[in-house]
Amino acid sequence: MERIPILRMGSLLLVTIQVDMHDQLAMTLQDDLTTAIAKYDSRGVLIDISSLEIVDSFIGRMLANIAAMSRVLDAHTVLVGMQPAVAITLVELGMSLPGVRTALNVESGMELLHSLDDRQGAEDGDAAEV
Amino acid sequence: MSKLAEILKRHQTDIQADWIKEMSSVNRRKDLITDGEVKQQTAELLESLVEASKSGNVTDMHSSQYAPVRDFLSSISTSRAKQGFTPSETASFVFSLKAPISTRLRKEVKDADELFKELVISNQLIDNLGLYTTEMFIKTREQVILRQQEEMLELSTPVVKLWEGVLALPVIGTLDSARTQVVMESLLKTVVETNSKIAIIDITGVPTVDTLVAQHLLKTITAARLMGAECIISGIRPQIAQTIVHLGINLNDIVTKSKLSDAFALALQKTGKKVVKAERSQTRAASQAGGNDDPRKAS
Repeated sequence: MERIPILRMGSLLLVTIQVDMHDQLAMTLQDDLTTAIAKYDSRGVLIDISSLEIVDSFIGRMLANIAAMSRVLDAHTVLVGMQPAVAITLVELGMSLPGVRTALNVESGMELLHSLDDRQGAEDGDAAEV
Repeated sequence: MSKLAEILKRHQTDIQADWIKEMSSVNRRKDLITDGEVKQQTAELLESLVEASKSGNVTDMHSSQYAPVRDFLSSISTSRAKQGFTPSETASFVFSLKAPISTRLRKEVKDADELFKELVISNQLIDNLGLYTTEMFIKTREQVILRQQEEMLELSTPVVKLWEGVLALPVIGTLDSARTQVVMESLLKTVVETNSKIAIIDITGVPTVDTLVAQHLLKTITAARLMGAECIISGIRPQIAQTIVHLGINLNDIVTKSKLSDAFALALQKTGKKVVKAERSQTRAASQAGGNDDPRKAS
């Protein structure tokens, strides 16, 4: 069965969507990703959608869901490399993906994830001191 | 075969001469068009008219025989619209053919009833030709207006790069749906091309902000955010701030600044850069924190 690969990079997970998403694939990804976060105790998820050219409301909702699920599992989600046409489509569909963090490319996405992790680490540290 | 067609054919050169004379007495823009051109154009139109009326059809100018006549007239009105003729000047080119033809008919047709019939037919034909010319003239002008509108749309939405990773989009004029689309597309395209993290939308040039304009702005900002770029709105005038609040538009999630310079300062701060004063000399710089010459980047 077709699957979207999930790569593990230390405490982060990397997902690159390089095929057109259909609904079943999206559901499988949702399953796999949540399982992987729990299994590897990941702190961040980076989803690269730079080759995704077609989105519909289902895919948009799925991306928002994945972000929400990761947050519940204590991992940040960053969506990177969205195409202008995709962004316009999502906005026209009324999906602004409020809870999802975004970045221009994988590089700045990684930077963002690291800074988020650092900040949380610092907060944890502060809490420990008190 | 109608008398008109026959007469047209037989006295083609005479009619042309009369026509040119008639035209120069009525209205001739010598500054825009030369005698040679007029001569050539009249000859060409008469030639195609004779050719078309050969079939005996002198009433219906929308038939296929008149296609060359129509083509010629439309090319004439197109070129005249571009040269700067007025509509009546263009139309009088055709209408001034009426008198020479009527005179010629008067000479050739002796019977009063028949003359009247022929005159009605010729008048109708020339009126139709004249109307067609005017129509084409206006169509050309409309095309010019349409093209200018499109060009204005393109011109009025430039995306400029202020700094590495910082874009500015000065919006001038009212934001309607069509323009928002252009603005959004060009902004997002430039964000990808220049790899910019921050875009400043300056609305100093937007005369009024209503709920629709605000909605368009929000759409643009959301789309930019989805791509990973942050937007700052700047150039909000006091009246506009009042309108926004009175209309109950929610801009809470968006960073707004009153001036472009404030927005730029924030953008630099967010990208981890700051502007410091230029050092005149090592010693002075150490003791003094003043001076405001060349802003220099330091990260």
